[in-house]
Amino acid sequence: MTNQQSNSANPNLNLEYRRKQNAEEMKHQVITFTMMIFFTLIAFAMVAMESISRWFIIPVILLLAAIQVIFQLYYFMHMKHKGHETIALFIYSGLTVGLITVLVFLTIVWL
Amino acid sequence: MSTYAKKQGFGATLWDFMTTVDHKKIAILYLISGGLFFILGGLEAMFIRIQLAVPDNNFMSAGVFNEMITMHGTTMIFLAAMPILLGIMNAVMPLQIGARDVAFPFLNSLGFWMFFFGGVMLNLSWFLGGAPDAGWTSYASLSIHSQGHGVDFYVLGLQISGFGTLIAGINFLVTIINMRTPGMTYMRMPMFTWTTFVVSALILFAFPPLTVGLTLMLFDRMFGANFFDAAAGGNTIIWEHLFWIFGHPEVYILILPAFGIFSEILATFSRKRLFGYSSMVFATVLIGFLGFMVWAHHMFTVGLGPIANAIFAVATMAIAVPTGIKIFNWIFTMWGGSVRFTVPMLYAVSFIPSFTMGGVTGIMLAAAPADYQYHDSYFVVAHFHYVIVGGVVLGILAGITYYWPKIFGTMLNETLGKFTFWLFLIGFHLTFFIQHFLGLWGMPRRVFTYLPGQGWDISNLVSTIGAMFMAVGVIILLINIIITSVKNVRVGNDPWGDGRTLEWAIPSPPPFYNFKQLPLARGLDAYWIEKMEGKKEMTPAEPLGDIHMPNGSIIPICITFGLFVASFGALYNMDADKPWTIPVIIIGLLITFGSMLIRSIKDDHGFHIHKEDLMDDKDKEVKA
Repeated sequence: MTNQQSNSANPNLNLEYRRKQNAEEMKHQVITFTMMIFFTLIAFAMVAMESISRWFIIPVILLLAAIQVIFQLYYFMHMKHKGHETIALFIYSGLTVGLITVLVFLTIVWL
Repeated sequence: MSTYAKKQGFGATLWDFMTTVDHKKIAILYLISGGLFFILGGLEAMFIRIQLAVPDNNFMSAGVFNEMITMHGTTMIFLAAMPILLGIMNAVMPLQIGARDVAFPFLNSLGFWMFFFGGVMLNLSWFLGGAPDAGWTSYASLSIHSQGHGVDFYVLGLQISGFGTLIAGINFLVTIINMRTPGMTYMRMPMFTWTTFVVSALILFAFPPLTVGLTLMLFDRMFGANFFDAAAGGNTIIWEHLFWIFGHPEVYILILPAFGIFSEILATFSRKRLFGYSSMVFATVLIGFLGFMVWAHHMFTVGLGPIANAIFAVATMAIAVPTGIKIFNWIFTMWGGSVRFTVPMLYAVSFIPSFTMGGVTGIMLAAAPADYQYHDSYFVVAHFHYVIVGGVVLGILAGITYYWPKIFGTMLNETLGKFTFWLFLIGFHLTFFIQHFLGLWGMPRRVFTYLPGQGWDISNLVSTIGAMFMAVGVIILLINIIITSVKNVRVGNDPWGDGRTLEWAIPSPPPFYNFKQLPLARGLDAYWIEKMEGKKEMTPAEPLGDIHMPNGSIIPICITFGLFVASFGALYNMDADKPWTIPVIIIGLLITFGSMLIRSIKDDHGFHIHKEDLMDDKDKEVKA
């Protein structure tokens, strides 16, 4: 409900509830933000440590990047809230179409 | 702004249509220009059939024949079928969801003019040194070596008209997501609106690959890049992939609106709700998804390897399942209904077997090993004409006849309509049925002539005679349109008598604000529900109030005209002896960006139709 505008002119309507929601939201954002920084540090550290194989580093960095994108979309751009189903459908359809194309180019065109 | 109609001079009408942002008028523009391009493409088809009517014919040279087949395909797909369908969508979809216009009226106009100038540019190539001649697929290994500027016209013309289509698609998506009238949930939307929705999503995802492909082609031809040149380290197959990643969804972009039109017509004239509505929605969405996973079936003989071929063959055959669901649903819609065989219904009934035949040959072609036999033969030509003419063109003719009263306020003559229908249907099967066998007997496609004594002579003549039938059918349709327009007998809200959806609840043609009060949709086939309860009109969902309308604008034409001019400069820029091209490019881009700047800095808030102007006697009586 936090993403929905209140129809009421009374600023105190559901104040307690909204405060609690906002605090919760803030907590999530701080946690995800910390984790994103942490992931970035891991990525840099892995590259800095020359002993790890590059065939390990590249997929792990891509994975961390994907998780960061998901955090960004869901926690900072509010995709976890109600009312974003159509947007999610289109993002995932677009991703499917795009990734199939990339997959095909990787498997039967370039290699 | 008053709401009563007044007689206008020709110049005023022309200016009105050039500046309009009203979805109903833009629909008429789409229909007129799409119709003109349809006739051009039809003429090209006739010339092709005349050339092939007898063996060793010299009606036209091989070079001109290549230009003919290229322009026939390109014109029919991009400039005739798609715009006419976009026209019908523009005319009907906002009415079906109870909206006063599309979400972005200005963009709607911009999209139309982009398509129009792109199409004009493509066709000007006939007069400016030769049309494109590398086939409508314009495979890179052929097109980057094509002499003259034909392929450059193809690249730039399609680029501009492709932008227009993309704009239209995004506009329809936003409209359907955001502008449905109260009560119109997704699962209460009429089938044609659903197909418009899925098609717009397909446009959104399918046109970018075409844009990328065309841009790479442009770089290869104009700036000496080597994306597709194998000798320089490029890969000519990339064009084929990019083209078909776009091209396969494109055929669904064409057929799905036709499915939607037929769903409306079959329900209306069977006087029954569409059988299996939710499975129809599911099948439409599924076809949309699967459409993106099958493009390599156009490339089985390229040598992608057995695994890739097998995957794409299976994916292709999977599409038969949702399509089969639809076919059975249409048959069950008629089953037990009180069927009335009007002209649109005749088209709808004949579409089912015709399209199914195209679908069956599609499954044959989808079997990758068998495809090696059919490949590049007339069997393929027969297959895709069965799905496109038997599906899309019958759908367009049906849709035009069915929605004519809603768009123009007059009824097309039924008797003449039946002549058109029978001539077209018989001609269509006569032309293309025999081509399956021509293909199996070994006649390759895209040949400009053939030697006598190979068993192809009679069949080709039969095919040409069939094409003449179709041409006569279309001419009768034109005569019908002229007679109807001259007689100008006005009709009421629901001229077919059995309208089920919201568009039949308002006058034909609708007032420019569509709905005085937004209607309340109480279920699927909202207008039918009210009728069954003995009501004459929809229950309003809002009190009568001021209506906010957009102003017309000449800027879309200016933006597009600038691109059109710049494209000519870009086209001839690669010739060393033409120094005038640089200023032409600059002037064109200045026009475009200048118009965009004016649009950005000049506020245009539209206008309001006031409540008092909307009230008629009945409303006042209610108030008193």
